[in-house]
Amino acid sequence: MSDNALQAATKPIEELDSVVVRFAGDSGDGMQLAGTQLTNTSALAGNDVATFPDFPAEIRAPKGTLAGVSGFQVHFASRDIYTPGDLVDVLVAMNPAALSENLRFLQPHGTLIVDEDAFDARGLKLARVESNPLEDGSLDEYQVIRVPLTSLTREAVEGAGVGRKLATRCRNFFAMGLIYWLYGRDLEPTLRWVRHRFRDRPEVRDADVEALRTGWNFGETTEALARSYRVPPAALEPGEYRNITGNQALACGLIAAAELSGKQLFYGSYPITPASDILHELARHKRFGVRTFQAEDEIAAVTSAIGAAYGGAMAVTASSGPGIALKTEAMGLAVMFELPLLVLSVQRGGPSTGLPTKPEQSDLLQVMFGRSGEAPLPVLAASGPTDCFDVVLEAWRIATRLMTPVVVLSDAFVANGAEPWRLPDVAGLEPIEVSHPGASGGQPALPPSLPRASGGKAGGAASSAGTGFRPYARDEWLARPWALPGTPGLMHRIGSLEKQDGTGNVSYDPDNHEHMVKLRAQKVANAVNLIPDLEVTGPESGKLLVLSWGGTLGVCREAVERVRAAGGGAHGNGTGGAHGNGTGGAHGNGTGAVAHAHLRHLNPLPANTGAVLARYERVLVPELNLGQLALLLRARYLVDVVSLGKVRGRPFWVKDVTGVIEEMLA
Amino acid sequence: MNAKARKPTAGDFASDQEIRWCPGCGDFSILAQMKKVLPEIGVAPENLVFVSGIGCSSRFPYYLNTYGVHGIHGRAPAIATGLKTVRPDLQVWVVTGDGDALSIGGNHLMHAMRRNVDIKILLFNNRIYGLTKGQYSPTSLPGHVTRSTPYGSVDAPLHPLSIALGSEATFVARSVDTHTKHLGAVLRRAAAHRGAALVEIYQNCNVYNDGAFEYAKDVKLRSDTLVELEHGQPIVFGAKRDKGIRLNGLAPEVVPLGNGTDASDLLVHDETAAEPTLATVLARMRHPALPEAIGVLRAVERPTFDALVNEQVEAARAREGKGELADLLRAGDTWTVG
Repeated sequence: MSDNALQAATKPIEELDSVVVRFAGDSGDGMQLAGTQLTNTSALAGNDVATFPDFPAEIRAPKGTLAGVSGFQVHFASRDIYTPGDLVDVLVAMNPAALSENLRFLQPHGTLIVDEDAFDARGLKLARVESNPLEDGSLDEYQVIRVPLTSLTREAVEGAGVGRKLATRCRNFFAMGLIYWLYGRDLEPTLRWVRHRFRDRPEVRDADVEALRTGWNFGETTEALARSYRVPPAALEPGEYRNITGNQALACGLIAAAELSGKQLFYGSYPITPASDILHELARHKRFGVRTFQAEDEIAAVTSAIGAAYGGAMAVTASSGPGIALKTEAMGLAVMFELPLLVLSVQRGGPSTGLPTKPEQSDLLQVMFGRSGEAPLPVLAASGPTDCFDVVLEAWRIATRLMTPVVVLSDAFVANGAEPWRLPDVAGLEPIEVSHPGASGGQPALPPSLPRASGGKAGGAASSAGTGFRPYARDEWLARPWALPGTPGLMHRIGSLEKQDGTGNVSYDPDNHEHMVKLRAQKVANAVNLIPDLEVTGPESGKLLVLSWGGTLGVCREAVERVRAAGGGAHGNGTGGAHGNGTGGAHGNGTGAVAHAHLRHLNPLPANTGAVLARYERVLVPELNLGQLALLLRARYLVDVVSLGKVRGRPFWVKDVTGVIEEMLA
Repeated sequence: MNAKARKPTAGDFASDQEIRWCPGCGDFSILAQMKKVLPEIGVAPENLVFVSGIGCSSRFPYYLNTYGVHGIHGRAPAIATGLKTVRPDLQVWVVTGDGDALSIGGNHLMHAMRRNVDIKILLFNNRIYGLTKGQYSPTSLPGHVTRSTPYGSVDAPLHPLSIALGSEATFVARSVDTHTKHLGAVLRRAAAHRGAALVEIYQNCNVYNDGAFEYAKDVKLRSDTLVELEHGQPIVFGAKRDKGIRLNGLAPEVVPLGNGTDASDLLVHDETAAEPTLATVLARMRHPALPEAIGVLRAVERPTFDALVNEQVEAARAREGKGELADLLRAGDTWTVG
């Protein structure tokens, strides 16, 4: 059978510029797979995409219960989009529990596709629903498409020879087929995936293929759907693209950074949601010389990495909030050792075990200050899935240039979300210069003159005749030499006790201690010379600046653009998103009065940060915590920033931010 | 220094740092033996790394002119694991104590041994916390009165070698700080072993737990209180070599030799036994009921963690070729715009 023939739709077609779909079902219903397939297919169709996988921590909570509901939200569009969308245009609910957990995400008059077979007495009881929402009128404001999805799927796959249980598990493919019909998506990429995935299980392959096609055909024949829609390709920058999640991009970035610096990659890690996928990804790439080490605990994960760094590897450890807490002492050790080390923190809801699968940005202060003593280190944050690649390269550049541990923040939203990635030209990636004394290659080029800590008596590594190698000598960046074991003549000891500057000998001298504390701080502060200035989009000064960091970039950018567009201001590209996914509408106050800036570097902050903040009457800082960056900015710049903090286990909605902007401009 | 022109000496391995242990500490004797042994093991000083945690014993690396890492409390085996994994060319030693290794660092010690990371772990056991000024440790005996147990310890002690054998260490040995000849021999054996080696060293803390191992240190007593194990030999001890260890069921017992009992009745030590059962029996012989075993209790061959990790990398490269970054980034479905 020709798929083209199958896909020749006969109903009227309407064009849209963006659509948000959410699949919701039981943890075992394959909703993550359905969402991922729709994402990839849409990306391959040339749309811009953004996703929000929204799933519980439990692997398989009791079937049909509220606790087990798993969702996947996909936004695809014919224009640049920055977020997975606030409310959804189409909600697919595979059972009553999924409906009751997700109906709040469906916009008024939105399309609701339900498996009516699942709305039986048992299903309703499991979801703790008193009356059947399909019959009690509570869904009247939505366009409800009732599909006997379970029974149709079972009938459809009868010929494939799978048992009843497996047949039922093909429901997600039926639902995908229906959505694919609704938006004219090509079945081929998913068919290809199925054929490959189940190449050794032909009966499963055939059943999934049948279910997918039957779902499509159902859309074509059902009278409940009068028309289908098309979302044309987006005008993306020319280039070769792939779809990538934040964690995959982090892993790629780590391998790239190792290659660019001529280093062996050592990744010490302990399984933790939502960081484990980095370990899974890296463990597959041994031919790149990657050594992954699943340690006995978080402490061994980071200390093994420190050992590897001493040995000369590109050493990396990763975790999420609770695991970072366990690494705290060792991160202080890395500060004392002055060795390059990357610590990746994929944040989730806290405190304690908290919300393991949900995004939050509440570990900023932990990584800034959560160590004993004065132990500053550079902190960077990825702004989205594809930025994870670039941020890791930059972090490793800073770590090796300054000989310091560096923290890279991500979060569950950035880590699991996906977007199209324009592949970088590998040959064009700038090498990361690393040198070791005693080895060939010599010292790296010295930077322009930099502020130094007071009272420094440090000389070059080979200075002061007769005293031999000086492991805590300083270069112009205040970095010490990275001398590797195995190098004759450079035998030295590093340790957790305070070091005498230059020699690295144990020292309890008060002058030296104060000097070293200030020197380590100055060294980290010097990173300001390695990072770009804060850039503003919109007016250079004025009423309001929205300042975002990390994974809130997309939402803040979208919010500012919408408000400006609605106000008839500077940028006219505005749309609130098709299908009425828009804002409540900003009124014409202060056209173009709102600007946006995004912080990728949290420590040190870009040199011009204070000056930028001072140019606006008000500064709004939206973050998924109760005001951690706001606290830092207030302390550092004495600016009365307005904090917009939410900790609801999901990213901001654009309207959360536009609402506050409008209030502030009013 | 021109190390190539002449044979290195113990002095070549001394660092320029002032040693800050208490006068009379057993650590001096262990350091002296280590400096004596290092020139004999055929590893250049630049290829040696000593890794430690926190405690009196953990200052050890500062006093050797090799590479060294003085880490944080309990974590030395983990630091050493990372180092050895990326640098299998180095010989890596871990120096630790009973508190560092068995209390705060118990987890890392256990896992380094079961993975068989090629590191040599010297556990200085003095049954006390010295650097924190005299609290009881995981090896302190029941009833031990210390500053933190003024009414006597109610904790049951750990036996370090039981932990090592239970954790599948491939080399397990015991010696005594001032039994210099024996200690030197054990250190040489540990240096030559490929895999995780654990050496328990009875070490006297003359400030906070003086005399804890007097029975094992006193040259007049020790021939009756210790048995020096020799591979393949019946276990005989005593100043006159007139006693031996025999198994009675699974329990070891002391038997006098003569009167119809001879060496053929005794337990024969086999350090290479695949199962650590007999080594465990020997490790758990406790003074004063029985003489305590010193020497090499177990020495078996098993692939090391670091070798296996690196073999996987090499095998993947041989099979799939060295990775190309552009291919990695282009994984999965891609599409072209423009």
